[in-house]
Amino acid sequence: MAPTVIIGAGPAGLTAARALIAGGVTDVTILERNPEAGGLPRFCGHLGWGFFDYHRIWSGPRYARRLVEDARGATIRTNVSVTALGPGGVLEISTPQGRETLTPRAVLLAAGIRETSRAARLIGGTRPWGVVSTGAFQEMVYAGGQMPFRRPVVIGTELVSFSALLTARHAGIRPVAMIEEAARITARRPGDLFARHLLGVPVLTRTRLVSIEGTSRVDGVIVEENGVERRIDCDGVIVTGRFAPEAALLRGGPLALDPATGGPQIDCFYRTSDPAIFAAGNVLRPVEHSGQAAAEGAAAAAAMLRDHLPAPAEAIPVTPAGALRYAYPQHVFRDAGAITLYARASQAHRGTLRLKADGHTLVERRIDALPERRITLTIPEGALTQTGRLELELA
Amino acid sequence: MTLPSDAPYDIAVIGAGVVGCAVFRDFSLSGLRVALLERGADILSGASKANSALLHTGFDAVPGSLESRLMQEGAARYRQIHAGMGLPLLPTGAVVVAWNEADAAALPGILQRGHANGVQDVRPMGVEELRAREPHLAPEARGAVWVPGESVIDAWSAPLGYALQGIAAGGRVLRNAGVRGGTRDAAGIWRLDTAAGPVAARIVVNCAGNQGDIIEAIARPSPFEIRPRKGQFVVLDKTAYRLATAIILPVPNERTKGVVISRTAFGNLLVGPTAEEQPDRERAATDTAALESLLAQGRRMIPALAQETVTTAYAGLRPATQFKDYQIEALPREGWISIGGIRSTGLTAALGISAHARRLYEAHFAALPAFEEPEGPVMPNLTEELPRLWQQPGREEIICHCEMVTRREIEAAFQGPLPAGDLGGLKRRSRCMMGRCQGFYCSRRVMEIAAPHLPDLVAPIGGAR
Repeated sequence: MAPTVIIGAGPAGLTAARALIAGGVTDVTILERNPEAGGLPRFCGHLGWGFFDYHRIWSGPRYARRLVEDARGATIRTNVSVTALGPGGVLEISTPQGRETLTPRAVLLAAGIRETSRAARLIGGTRPWGVVSTGAFQEMVYAGGQMPFRRPVVIGTELVSFSALLTARHAGIRPVAMIEEAARITARRPGDLFARHLLGVPVLTRTRLVSIEGTSRVDGVIVEENGVERRIDCDGVIVTGRFAPEAALLRGGPLALDPATGGPQIDCFYRTSDPAIFAAGNVLRPVEHSGQAAAEGAAAAAAMLRDHLPAPAEAIPVTPAGALRYAYPQHVFRDAGAITLYARASQAHRGTLRLKADGHTLVERRIDALPERRITLTIPEGALTQTGRLELELA
Repeated sequence: MTLPSDAPYDIAVIGAGVVGCAVFRDFSLSGLRVALLERGADILSGASKANSALLHTGFDAVPGSLESRLMQEGAARYRQIHAGMGLPLLPTGAVVVAWNEADAAALPGILQRGHANGVQDVRPMGVEELRAREPHLAPEARGAVWVPGESVIDAWSAPLGYALQGIAAGGRVLRNAGVRGGTRDAAGIWRLDTAAGPVAARIVVNCAGNQGDIIEAIARPSPFEIRPRKGQFVVLDKTAYRLATAIILPVPNERTKGVVISRTAFGNLLVGPTAEEQPDRERAATDTAALESLLAQGRRMIPALAQETVTTAYAGLRPATQFKDYQIEALPREGWISIGGIRSTGLTAALGISAHARRLYEAHFAALPAFEEPEGPVMPNLTEELPRLWQQPGREEIICHCEMVTRREIEAAFQGPLPAGDLGGLKRRSRCMMGRCQGFYCSRRVMEIAAPHLPDLVAPIGGAR
């Protein structure tokens, strides 16, 4: 029998593998392009992992090792890159031994996520060494023992930006400032107090990065506050956050994408527009924590284990509206039990979250939304009777 | 032939941009002892690291100009040698697109100029044919001139290959060797004071690009003044590659050739350049507003670009002068050859300029033996047009997943007679860290391989300050 193939050995993929094996699937193959399995937690040395799925507080590497251990029974093929994903889940792969074509029974895409680069944000200036993302910084520090700079500026105030501060502290690196364009930090308070008082890093809000300066290495940044530009001397820049799914493999391919999430469209069974291809974890949208990614991996596996899923033709589309940046799953079904929708607001917004079916309200509640906070709404079982389309609105 | 180590070189070439590399190559292959002096930590550290990577036909040059002639000669020589060196040539062709009535009225003149430049295959292209060829162009496109010979190449591997050929023929490349001054002694030998120590040579060839007039002042009051012109570019994700097949050129105006959309040899889509005069010769900086404007102009030409993401952005400084044409001249009394004002067409013209420099040498200094093109070296292929190493069995690990760069390719960049001298040189030799993630996934592993060779990039944690 053809194998079930999982693309990506991070929290979502490894958890899905564990669930598939527990459900009796005997031939599960995980394709991982790196030399070792475990995903991005491998490189995050400080504590905070495993809380939601293992009810422990571990370091990232510890959590990654446990995920790999628990996926035993699956064949993990490392150093394997997927170079094309075709209709029906046909995969072109590159392995150290040469290229292969795989025709799996089903595919789970769990390729994860990365931060948006300095270039993609159109940050101007010169192009010296010393400009890195949080992900690269953490891997350099925790896995490489490498210190790319000593006095960087941190761009952004998302949760991951504070993770960058902890990593810096671990390495004896002293960030000179944290910069945020908005009037308040993106992460929940008291992140800024934590940064200032615990780590001694000033948080500059309403401050925009204008340019990065330096010839071979960063020697400063120009920032603007209230229309006034000034220079901050530093020897590096950590460009944090603004996560985007690692979904380039899908572009120009057979799957329907959602420009709002940057990932593939899925239904409430984690099925993409190709019924043989499922997707879970951070490839679905800008970042959620690893516990959420792992839970989605398990849920996708449960759907893959079912003998029968509703025909895609019966799907009801869900679209975000108002202050919502995105919502997923992008399709739901009438007789699928209670269904949870996930969404994020584009900015801080206090208002009413409303699920509308063909224009009339099914469920609503008041919420206080922050861009850094996941919004969930559960559609009660049996609520979708004659619905043609759903709109999730934050008004 | 044995020479004392302090014997003067026959020629010192100042500046290892694409022109300097080509001049170094041709004189070395002519049997002369040549030194190539570069002030940067690696070759291609100035104007030549950041251009549009096009091999032009010269169809839009000023007919009869030296630039026109040398572009054609340079492109012809590239076409002869590229296959033997494993260098790519993407025969994309170009369309000069008319977007409005004024543009359309200018097309016959463009056609005429192409023919006047000897580019006989330039022809008009009707709107239906244009649409069939470039279905993603905005509906406002109303016709074009088709220039089949315009092509895309790898702007870094070619000059690196020229330099390696020069080294194989006995030439020497000195990096971190910026020229600070020089005098000519009574015997007519140039004594150059460089950051890497004194260098003696009978003849100096000034290929100093944006420093051209400063270097020229060593020999004489410079007749040309470098007026750096900055071009900013945006590189779009590989997923945008399919949106244009030919190079999309605008109808040029007085000041600029305008914003171009072209494929790159590495499988991306390039939008640019801007054309901005600035006094600074060093600082090639991008700015957010200009990059946004480039993207907006790109989207006006190809609306589907709105869905594409930016992989990187860069700026280059071209050594423009107060003159339109190249400033190339032999000074027999000074023992000097000036090659100045090679602005945006240097990549195309380089091998024409180097052939011209040989002719000047023969006319004013001494005869040269018959020139023979060497065999190889075959350059590592970095382009999507030819087979890449990751596609071969036994590829080992891929370090850079976006550009599919293997460990062996990164290691190879530090081997051979001209190893990468800085991180930019490593990227230009291997493409690592140049993809859509810009080092998110590969920085640590690239640094592990690079650190023994480039110790300034990272320090060990807990190590000495």
